[in-house]
Amino acid sequence: MGNLWNEEALSRLLENLKKDYDVFAPRLYAGTGCYSDTDIVRYGIIESFDEIVWDEKSDYSFKEALLPVSDTIMYFTESSVKIPEEKRKRLVFLRACDLNALKRLDEIYLHNGPEDFYYKNIRENAKFILMGCSQSFKSCFCVSMGTNQAENYDGYAHPAKEGLYLELKDEVLSSYAEGISVPRDSQEIQYVKENEEAVPIPETLPENIASHEIWKEYSGRCIGCGRCNFVCPTCTCFTMQDIFYRDNEKAGERRRVWASCQVDGYSDIAGGISFRKDQGERMRFKVLHKIQNYKNRFGYPMCVGCGRCENVCPEYISYIECLNKLSAIGGKIHE
Amino acid sequence: MNNAYMPFLSRIQKVIRHTAIEYTFRMHYVGEVKPGQFFEVSVPKYGEAPISVSGIGDDYVDLTIRKVGKVTNEIFENQEGKSLFMRGPYGNGFLPENYQGKELVVVAGGTGVSPVKGIIDYFGNHPEEVRSLTVIAGFKSPKDVLFKEDIKRWENQKMNLTITVDAAEEPGWNVGLVTKYIPDITFEDKENAAVIVVGPPVMMKFAVAEFKKLDIEDSQIWISQERKMCCGLGKCGHCRMGDTYICLDGPVFNYTEGKKLLD
Repeated sequence: MGNLWNEEALSRLLENLKKDYDVFAPRLYAGTGCYSDTDIVRYGIIESFDEIVWDEKSDYSFKEALLPVSDTIMYFTESSVKIPEEKRKRLVFLRACDLNALKRLDEIYLHNGPEDFYYKNIRENAKFILMGCSQSFKSCFCVSMGTNQAENYDGYAHPAKEGLYLELKDEVLSSYAEGISVPRDSQEIQYVKENEEAVPIPETLPENIASHEIWKEYSGRCIGCGRCNFVCPTCTCFTMQDIFYRDNEKAGERRRVWASCQVDGYSDIAGGISFRKDQGERMRFKVLHKIQNYKNRFGYPMCVGCGRCENVCPEYISYIECLNKLSAIGGKIHE
Repeated sequence: MNNAYMPFLSRIQKVIRHTAIEYTFRMHYVGEVKPGQFFEVSVPKYGEAPISVSGIGDDYVDLTIRKVGKVTNEIFENQEGKSLFMRGPYGNGFLPENYQGKELVVVAGGTGVSPVKGIIDYFGNHPEEVRSLTVIAGFKSPKDVLFKEDIKRWENQKMNLTITVDAAEEPGWNVGLVTKYIPDITFEDKENAAVIVVGPPVMMKFAVAEFKKLDIEDSQIWISQERKMCCGLGKCGHCRMGDTYICLDGPVFNYTEGKKLLD
């Protein structure tokens, strides 16, 4: 059971929420694309519910709402180490694929090794509103990955003729709607039942798949820009980075910054040794992680089939085509 | 909540100079540590570096560091009495019980000696706990030899010790790669052999191949993987090889697992 919210009611709701929450949603950043006169849809704090982009897939995933590209984890002065003040609570609007990706972020940051202090603080104070998908977008293959539906959300929303259809399941969130009069309604949750692309997920890959010749193609094609990693909702790698301030060298900070397994330097160690110098090896490292290595460790695939890596590659390298080739070699689970 | 990224200050008890660019920093530390584990050592504003434990005492750990980059350059600016930030220990380390009662062979190259030094020290001091101990340690040249004081002590302990260098201008050195000495190793009972190999990737590959020629089983061989470890906590992803996070599941692996690890 939900409610239909008109513009005026929504603006009152957002005013209430903003007292405690930063509300993150996919929004348009006009003219900020990689090429001239192109736009980007990515996550940012919204000032009005109108800003939410519903009719496109966001170019970047929700993950930056929880894990900023560059995140300061410590401040140094001459003799002390301080951790940053606690961040504001956040409410995140996201689609089913991304909500499934949240489980993957939790797996790494909360369960693989000790709990991550910074992620846990943000995660515990975050609420999630599932965005209905009225259509499948270009290169989406959530149905193949079983991520077209999601669980454990605090609310659900989709645009309806009469306004925004919104179900607030979480009691805390509902309390922000108190006193705002909105008509009750009951609408079905929108989710994608079929994608344009049915992608086969390779089932059993031969033990020597890493040295298979299919990776060679990417040695020449991939330019190692890392965009596929940065748009991916399940890529979590970061590098620790210390800096000092130019106007006071005695003070500085430690940050963690998004890292890409496709970019030079990712595997460099002391003494000038680096692993996977070839882009084909890096492609293999990434793709096998998404569909094999992660699954072996945690029991389910890492990839959620959002197709963003497919959409963003400047060299038109198709991850979906790669999965097709792998399935031809190793058999497939489903299509 | 515990913040695993938060380092603690540790006082430098002693600095042991091995070569112009390789020093051992003896850091104050009280707590359980195993040979082969590592700490993240940091100089705020410059960064962190993963450093293997090369010696363990009641109130200290030895960290042998090569001055090769931004962080280690800064670490070398510090002397006895000063303090460094550390966090750890991380990783599984070498467990002495895997080698007790065995004919143990340790082959290590260069800074690869650091993670196994605690094991050599332990069985050097407790020779009754192994059937025999053979150590082959290789370095680039005489001036690159690490742990000279320890080597002197080992020479007087019950072990077959070979120190070799890749090349030497002066006489009096064994010259050759560590792999040269492996075919000459004799075992009383091959099934009771245990082998540890640690060093640069190429050295480990060829050393293991030599032991395979001696019919040593994969399950009798242990290796330690050196990888980029930014966090030590299974989060940053840099050290992953296939299904395995080296910082959590390693860096020490039995070769039955170790041989499956692919860069």
